[in-house]
Amino acid sequence: MTGHDVIFVLIGLLTASAAILTVTSKNLVHAALFLAVTLAGIAGVFLTLAADFLALVQLLVYVGAVAVLFLFGLMLTRAPIGREALDNQNRGLAIAVSGGLFVLLSTLIIGAVSSGALGETSVAEVTGPRIEDIGIATFAEWVLPFEVLSMLLLAALIGAIVLARPESGESGEEAEVTRIEMGDAPASEGPQPLPDGSAPELTSGKRSEGSS
Amino acid sequence: MSPLGPLLLATLLFCIGLYGVIARRNAVLVLISVELMLNAVNINLVAFQNLLFPDDVAVSGMMFAIFIIGVAAAEVGVGLAIVFNMFRNRASIDVDDVDLMRW
Repeated sequence: MTGHDVIFVLIGLLTASAAILTVTSKNLVHAALFLAVTLAGIAGVFLTLAADFLALVQLLVYVGAVAVLFLFGLMLTRAPIGREALDNQNRGLAIAVSGGLFVLLSTLIIGAVSSGALGETSVAEVTGPRIEDIGIATFAEWVLPFEVLSMLLLAALIGAIVLARPESGESGEEAEVTRIEMGDAPASEGPQPLPDGSAPELTSGKRSEGSS
Repeated sequence: MSPLGPLLLATLLFCIGLYGVIARRNAVLVLISVELMLNAVNINLVAFQNLLFPDDVAVSGMMFAIFIIGVAAAEVGVGLAIVFNMFRNRASIDVDDVDLMRW
């Protein structure tokens, strides 16, 4: 066991424990912060696997953008805190399914590696492709998937903006109706007149009844 | 360095993410667990690329990992927009409450 392996084991233990805390934490914000630790640990795993470029991409995209996006998502939605409110009744089933899958997959992996089905497995020194090779491969062999991915990102951007806008046609009117039913919905900017003109009276009546 | 360690770590992370997807009720936490599963697959791809096929000219494993990162970013954006819409319409992001289209 070389020093390389020791570093990998340490980073792996950190990553695995942070991942377990992510799915078991009772606090929503703590779960998102443990997710950031897990993603940074995965970037460390990429570094020990000699994938420097991918480690930096992981730090930029996941720790920099996705973790912050999740924090915004948790803080913009109001949810009760606590294990009973965060987990449903399927915990036993979930432990059985994921534990069974882990035992099955790790048995298969250990069998495949020890039986030599993967060929020469133990590499003395880990080497990764240089960044020039990655760039040349991107624009030589993978250029069509690359452009399709850029179109996908554009479509996802526009779709997210259209979905998240408050006054988005049909769903905006539906939101008004459902707020009256729930009673404890976030405060709106006042009753808005509907096309038939009958709804605003209903809205104000329900609201005063709920507050009194 | 043997590929055993990275593969086992990826399996463990995937199963933890699977547990989160099944057991959590909050829709944002379900999305977080899906991210864990996608990252586990990325570790697998990079381990196979750099430990078993280091001479591949097309660097397939690394390119797949980069594409997965891009698709996951798009998924998080659209998923959080859907969660916000759900919260606005139903004042709850409990995935057990969303049974409008259940048969």
